[in-house]
Amino acid sequence: MEVKAPVPQIPPAVWTEFKDLQEWEKHRQARPEGDKHSGLFEAVTDGIYNFPGGFVVTSLADGFLNWARKSSVWPVTFGLACCAIEMMATFASRFDVERLGMVPWASPRHSDLMIVSGTVTIKMAPMLKRIYDQMPDPKWVVSMGSCANSGGPFRHGYHVVKGVDRVVPVDVYVPGCPPPPESLLNGLLILQDQIAHFRKSGHRPKPSAKID
Amino acid sequence: MTSEQARAAIQDRLGVTPGGEGAALTVTVPPERWLDLARTARTTLGCAYFNFSTAVDWKDEGLEVVARVENLDAGFAVTMKTRLGPGVTTCGSLTSLWRGALWMEREGYDMFGIRYEGHPDLRRILLPQDWEGHPLLKSYAVDTPHPPYR
Repeated sequence: MEVKAPVPQIPPAVWTEFKDLQEWEKHRQARPEGDKHSGLFEAVTDGIYNFPGGFVVTSLADGFLNWARKSSVWPVTFGLACCAIEMMATFASRFDVERLGMVPWASPRHSDLMIVSGTVTIKMAPMLKRIYDQMPDPKWVVSMGSCANSGGPFRHGYHVVKGVDRVVPVDVYVPGCPPPPESLLNGLLILQDQIAHFRKSGHRPKPSAKID
Repeated sequence: MTSEQARAAIQDRLGVTPGGEGAALTVTVPPERWLDLARTARTTLGCAYFNFSTAVDWKDEGLEVVARVENLDAGFAVTMKTRLGPGVTTCGSLTSLWRGALWMEREGYDMFGIRYEGHPDLRRILLPQDWEGHPLLKSYAVDTPHPPYR
């Protein structure tokens, strides 16, 4: 008896059309066609930046905006596997990420950060991509633990995505199996440091190793 | 019925000597007698509890289907085994005797590609519906590409 399974039509992810992370980043930061207001905004900020002495204004504005961004990074509560236990410990009172301005939020539409905490299976990857797509820009991803970084001990399994950076672009990788809350906290501080050096106009300086 | 009586009943009805020790019986039959064995275990031995069904890939010797049923009142278990033979992927379904076999046989189809004849709803249960191949077969390469994520 030949049994034919129904094949659902899953549209291919946008991510698959790009060769590497840099190209994907370029696409992600590009504005859609016919977006007049953003173009106007960019022209004005570029004009101010190129005006003699004007970079002070844009740098101050960027500094303020980035300070605001890094001070209220809301991670979406998205636990995948045993790393989520450590993530919950990090969110809870002993380690208390709320003093860094991070409120674990149960909706991707209000969140800025996704902590991929655990093994991503091939069946789970489209859902992860969908949650990532539902988050508003600017958004960041922390890959937590060996499984999310590279597949970890399940790398040779038939069903495991070998690193979540094959699905979404990742900003900070936290090693460990699982990483203790201190490690994740360190990764979140590094992420805040990266956000503080995020520049929309002008050049983007290299993130320093210093944690502020 | 005790486990000794169950051994005697299997010997009497099927002509097969059960292996195993004590209350854990092991019966190996050819695939054409698979459903006879299952029916005997269900009705004569009173094994109402379907524990699990799985398969073993013996490479060149083909697949072996294993199912374990238990009589919880009498406290003995029967492990039923059958060798399908090289290249054969069809086997009788136990779903008409135990409803617990429905998902187990779907998993057997999912992981080993065994077509259980008579199963009412044989589709993949654990893997995505568009998955190609059956990953617990020894011939399944670990790095089989599965776009778009690997």
